[in-house]
Amino acid sequence: MRAPDSPTEQPLLELDNLRVNFHTATGIVRAVRGLSFTLGRERLGIVGESGSGKSMTGRAILDLIPHPGEVQADKLVYRGQNLLTMDKGSRRKLRGRHISMVMQDPKFSLNPVKTVGEQIAEAYRVHHKASSREAKERSLTMLEAVQIREPARVYDLYPHEVSGGMGQRVMIAMMLIAEPDILIADEPTSALDVTVQLQVLKILDDLVTSRGMGLIFISHDLHLVQSFCDRVIVMYGGKAMETLPAAELADESARAHRHPYTLGLLDCLPDLDHRKDKLATLKRDPAWLA
Amino acid sequence: MNTNPAIIVEKLNVSFGDSHVVKDLSFSVASGESYGIVGESGSGKSTVLRVLAGLNREWGGDVTILGSKQPKVRDKAFYRAVQMVFQDPYGSLHPKKTVDDTLAEPLAIHGIEDAEARIERAMKDVGLPNSFRFRFPHQLSGGQRQRVAIARALVLEPRILLLDEPTSALDVSIQAEVLNLLQALRKERNLTYILVSHDLAVVAHMCERLLVMQFGRGVEEMTAETLAARSPQTAYAQQLLVASEGFRRQTA
Amino acid sequence: MTEQTSSGWTAWLITDSPVSRRQARLGQYYRQWLAFRRNPAAVIGLTIVVLLLLAAAFAPLLAPYDPLAQALDKRLLPPSAINWFGTDSLGRDIFSRVVYGSRVTLVIVLLVVITVGPIGLLIGAAAGYLGGWVDRVLMRITDVFLAFPRLVLALAFVAALGPGLENAVIAIAFTAWPPYARVARAETLIIRNQDYISAVRLQGASQWRIVLRHVVPMCLPSLIVRSTLDMAGIILTAAGLGFLGLGAQPPIPEWGAMISAGREQIFDQWWVATFPGLAICVVALGFNLLGDGLRDVMDAR
Ligand SMILES: Nc1ncnc2c1ncn2[C@@H]1O[C@H](COP(=O)(O)OP(=O)(O)OP(=O)(O)O)[C@@H](O)[C@H]1O
Ligand SMILES: Nc1ncnc2c1ncn2[C@@H]1O[C@H](COP(=O)(O)OP(=O)(O)OP(=O)(O)O)[C@@H](O)[C@H]1O
Ligand SMILES: [Mg+2]
Ligand SMILES: [Mg+2]
Repeated sequence: MRAPDSPTEQPLLELDNLRVNFHTATGIVRAVRGLSFTLGRERLGIVGESGSGKSMTGRAILDLIPHPGEVQADKLVYRGQNLLTMDKGSRRKLRGRHISMVMQDPKFSLNPVKTVGEQIAEAYRVHHKASSREAKERSLTMLEAVQIREPARVYDLYPHEVSGGMGQRVMIAMMLIAEPDILIADEPTSALDVTVQLQVLKILDDLVTSRGMGLIFISHDLHLVQSFCDRVIVMYGGKAMETLPAAELADESARAHRHPYTLGLLDCLPDLDHRKDKLATLKRDPAWLA
Repeated sequence: MNTNPAIIVEKLNVSFGDSHVVKDLSFSVASGESYGIVGESGSGKSTVLRVLAGLNREWGGDVTILGSKQPKVRDKAFYRAVQMVFQDPYGSLHPKKTVDDTLAEPLAIHGIEDAEARIERAMKDVGLPNSFRFRFPHQLSGGQRQRVAIARALVLEPRILLLDEPTSALDVSIQAEVLNLLQALRKERNLTYILVSHDLAVVAHMCERLLVMQFGRGVEEMTAETLAARSPQTAYAQQLLVASEGFRRQTA
Repeated sequence: MTEQTSSGWTAWLITDSPVSRRQARLGQYYRQWLAFRRNPAAVIGLTIVVLLLLAAAFAPLLAPYDPLAQALDKRLLPPSAINWFGTDSLGRDIFSRVVYGSRVTLVIVLLVVITVGPIGLLIGAAAGYLGGWVDRVLMRITDVFLAFPRLVLALAFVAALGPGLENAVIAIAFTAWPPYARVARAETLIIRNQDYISAVRLQGASQWRIVLRHVVPMCLPSLIVRSTLDMAGIILTAAGLGFLGLGAQPPIPEWGAMISAGREQIFDQWWVATFPGLAICVVALGFNLLGDGLRDVMDAR
């Protein structure tokens, strides 16, 4: 397998006791409540149900929490640089160039009145000095890399003209074109068919193994996370229920050591080999958040 | 169960400008059946559903629904028989309308009298408590939104539901709830479904038969049993099955 | 996960499960109000606008003198305890004229907004939703209007129609709608491809129903914001026309015309032009702040 991080190497990202609070008109919503992890040159999965704070964790790292939200942490360090004390301008410069995020809802994040190709080229030119010709060529190569057929045609489509899965790959192309150190991928493949999904994962995988990129892979596809990631954080209600090696996720013999929430999620999945009439649904226990 | 096909598609062709995205597609769905469509991203699955629903008006070929040949522009009565649930529950509800507004709109359009009773029933059918009736979409979770979208489709009491990846944006616990709900509704009302999904396990769970699409063509039609036994004929279908096992890293 | 304690009315308003249409709407407005209230600049803007409304409504009570009453023995008196803002070259009390002037300003602003908003909205939404030749024709017309600076175009209209308050309003309205149509069209282009519009089409709704009931409510917030921000511009255009003698005709107390009348004495009797000028600035600023605040609460998605 891959060589583990050498212990002397400094982690890409260290995060301690991250909290994200929304001060809304009707009270405080605590979206993330004390999450800690370190990210090396690895694939770190985050799974958990809707609203468990996965996206907000990613956004907090990038300083992209929307308006009434506020981020607190005991430690938030990117390659030795303390992000908590850094000014907004420098954070913005890191964003996109060094730390990038593929947003969850691609059609929402793309500008609806510009072609997808223009938007990728623009992303490239923000961070690299390049002529528009060159940027266009790079963008076409990138579209091809994410397995889009007929990249030249797709370059000129508007976001509403691409299919769901194409939109996701356009977003991925846009984020990868700047060659970041850390990529936060928020459900990057949920609209892709399984074969294309694997091809896209292969690109991400190569970037981790060859370029040493750190990948945070947010997903609700447990099978995929189990087979793709190195470690997994299982989140519920803004807290980490447990962190475990990904391969152990579906290990039947290890069931006894699993958190009941993790088991609950696993049991919800339909299974090709064991078809049943009714799927199990999740029973939540308030004690998990205590 | 009625054996008359509810939907017959013959030699369907769709183009956008120069790109030919659905090519000579033919299939039929029996009344009361649940039919799956899987396949490559961009292979035209959503486009087929949009044609069937009358949202897309440029296509060639023959589409027969509930025994009558469909023109490009459908009449109002058509929509009482065929409804669709969209892929993205975040984009398919009007942000400024409450659940009540959303469910009342189709009834108002068709001038249906017993709106109050129907709305209450549709909400009960999808398991939304009455306290949700006057909420706005931003006050609902993804799964609750998808329930509203399903309720909106049901409120006209259609016979055919077109489901475009109804659970791909939902987490697994909510997916289980929504799939259980769809199963129960179908049994109860003898509805006909076309379900587009890229999750083979979901399709096998929900459907009797399925069609595999690639490059706008139907590659192979098979039963759910064939799928579960992992014995499809074509290479592409095999490939899908292998891919659905998860990610495999080539170890050096 | 929400922590809070509230009771009675507020609890009724902000409940997550309203029991009637009215409660849901009111609750939404209340939430927006709570968000609005957090922005001090917006609250200042709102206060200014409310003061303007009150001044216009209660002008006869507020103004110590008749704004038209001339007193030639009291010409050009500086501000004092008797004439707070001084008097003008005909001996009229400037404070009273500024107070009454708020009525003129409000009338202009309201008339313009009432005519321009819906026209721009309908043209833009129709062009955007229907597309094709309808779009091309409507947008070419819009472009032609947009190509001229507003004041110049308004001047041309007034020159053709003849000076006067009504004609100034018509001229401003004529020149003010194109940006609204643009904004509405741009929004509509985005909205028309959304799934929730496909969903209503799928229920068999007619095109008019879709435009009026589903597209327009989505464009409305940005247009309301835009028109509030625009009020400052409208007031300035009206004042500009007044200043050039093409708007409200004497002796109507219109702020622009008052500045114009005071411009010759600006160095010796500064108060004649300064107070109406200040009034214009403050009111324009007020609308601007209000618009900014509204944008934050209404455009938030
Ligand atoms: N603007 C906001 N105001 C108040 N609460 C918010 C806001 N945005 C997000 N939240 C809350 O933050 C919590 C975490 O949201 P987040 O988007 O991180 O969930 P998630 O784990 O990504 O879920 P999903 O799988 O649905 O994407 C949610 O409970 C949500 O209600
Ligand atoms: N309005 C449009 N204009 C131009 N091309 C379009 C339009 N709508 C769809 N297409 C093209 O049609 C093809 C099929 O799209 P469709 O949305 O049907 O794919 P899909 O099979 O649903 O894919 P996915 O699984 O990714 O959602 C794509 O190549 C897409 O770019
Ligand atoms: Mg998320
Ligand atoms: Mg699709």
